[in-house]
Amino acid sequence: MKFSTKIGAGLSGLVLSALTAAPAFADLVKAPTTEQMATMVNKGDTTWMLISSALVLMMSVPALALFYGGLVRTKNMLSVLMQVLMIVSIAALVWVGWGYSMAFTSGGENHYFGGFSKAFLAGVNASTYAATFSNNVYIPEYTYVVFQMTFACITPALIVGAFAERVKFWPLMLFMVLWLTIVYFPMAHMVWYWAGPDFLADTVVKDGAGNITFQDVGLIYGWGGLDFAGGTVVHINAGIAGLAGALVLGKRTGYKKEPMPPHSLTMTMIGASLLWVGWFGFNAGSNLESNGVTAVAFINTFVATAAAAVAWAVIEQLIHGKPSLLGAASGAVAGLVAITPASGFAAPVTSILLGVVVSIVCFFFVTTVKNKLGYDDSLDVFGVHCIGGIVGALGTAIVADPALGGQGWFDYTVFPAVAGTYDMAGQFITQLKAVALTLVLSGGVSAVLFFVIDKTIGLRPSVEVELEGLDIAEHGERAYNY
Amino acid sequence: MKLVIAIIKPFKLDEVREALSALGVQGMTVTEVKGFGRQKGQTEIYRGAEYSTNMVPKIKVEVATTDDLAGRVVEAIQQSANTGAIGDGKIFVLEVAQAVRIRTGETDDVAL
Repeated sequence: MKFSTKIGAGLSGLVLSALTAAPAFADLVKAPTTEQMATMVNKGDTTWMLISSALVLMMSVPALALFYGGLVRTKNMLSVLMQVLMIVSIAALVWVGWGYSMAFTSGGENHYFGGFSKAFLAGVNASTYAATFSNNVYIPEYTYVVFQMTFACITPALIVGAFAERVKFWPLMLFMVLWLTIVYFPMAHMVWYWAGPDFLADTVVKDGAGNITFQDVGLIYGWGGLDFAGGTVVHINAGIAGLAGALVLGKRTGYKKEPMPPHSLTMTMIGASLLWVGWFGFNAGSNLESNGVTAVAFINTFVATAAAAVAWAVIEQLIHGKPSLLGAASGAVAGLVAITPASGFAAPVTSILLGVVVSIVCFFFVTTVKNKLGYDDSLDVFGVHCIGGIVGALGTAIVADPALGGQGWFDYTVFPAVAGTYDMAGQFITQLKAVALTLVLSGGVSAVLFFVIDKTIGLRPSVEVELEGLDIAEHGERAYNY
Repeated sequence: MKLVIAIIKPFKLDEVREALSALGVQGMTVTEVKGFGRQKGQTEIYRGAEYSTNMVPKIKVEVATTDDLAGRVVEAIQQSANTGAIGDGKIFVLEVAQAVRIRTGETDDVAL
């Protein structure tokens, strides 16, 4: 589906309603009451969003846990599985406690994070509703809470790969609670919070020249940053935090001196494949409705990943003479990461190009750059998630252009929403700003948190423990008893 | 009595076993081992990390035999495990002082 950027407001309203099966233009209700919202809920949307939520949970347990677990040595397998399982569980609790409120309530003049009015889900019940991207289309608020919760669960879990095999369990959990609170919830707010399509227009304040001086949105949303499913919030955010951790903790004992080959690439393959399946919930679910754009995100997620997996295998064939399974799986994940911010904006063909580009860039990072700089990012969280996320975030500016078959953007500051005029260069600058802010915020705060925890309660186990393996030393069990 | 220890290429195990069975050898012990000789190891690459393993996987076969059969056992292993390539392995022959069959208490040649 292609939007013209020069359609008039009335016509675009009709296009919108045809797209979303919303009531016809004339019937659209501005700022509907909760009772009116109850009539604007579609069972198909609700079903899809609940299924998507379960799919995204599957991405962290077991998919990410197995993907990472297979890559470590036998003696540390359980430590990785346990870290992922516990981070997901703790993040779910923190999300209900204050995360949802910090991320998705209005901060008023503060565009960095929301308030605490919905702490412990105060005021949320089966009869409250959350906005989608279409005028007069709502989903039950619990559905939105749980969908976004799965994102808050997987993002911190991504970080642990960067310093796998050399971190203490409980101090890591403490880091995660702090990181979610200081970095993740504000990032989610800055990128994804807005008053919603039926309410935003009423919050807009303009100066004499017609420039918007205030609207009820998060900071990056207000800049016009495009991030469909979490390139900045999830992948760059987690990737740079991982690098900070890897640098503060230092290299694994014996890094580069003794072999540290993955103990089970079979597990890694199972994990990567489940990630791909779950990612349909992540990306296509991020449309918040079940419609044509959902299918756009779905097919883009499919083909970008396929292209990236093929590209990585071809690169390895050319450079090493053999295509490795780990390489192809890494390519698939890099493709998934890159398409994430672009999934609902790109076209299938531009998604394929994005997939090829991200594999080339990430391959270069995890092989050449990592070895040159000498940091020990155990499982390439920085090289794949952060770098892949940056490729995706910047690439979104290009592939979202309607001139290239992209979906463009909608201007929700007017009611009903109209298609915005697309400016690729301007969008690229905005994306660059969003990437820079994420790198500085998450990288900076993470480095400080890691440093302080390391210097106070200690983050790194003793060399003796590291040599014996974290499974026995930290958890008192072994992954394989035979 | 002799103990014949052969280090062979893993995929040659079945041929060695058949050749020894044909001689009337009643049993053997097989272990998966790693080691190195003149054969170079392999290179493994995991993303950017390159490991050259100088230990090569091999199979160790141990056969206890009577003195008069020992020569033919060595010959059978040498022929059946041979590919002509470097890394085919080695055979060692040791004297055995005593053998006991645990179930019956029989000793020496009868116990083999």
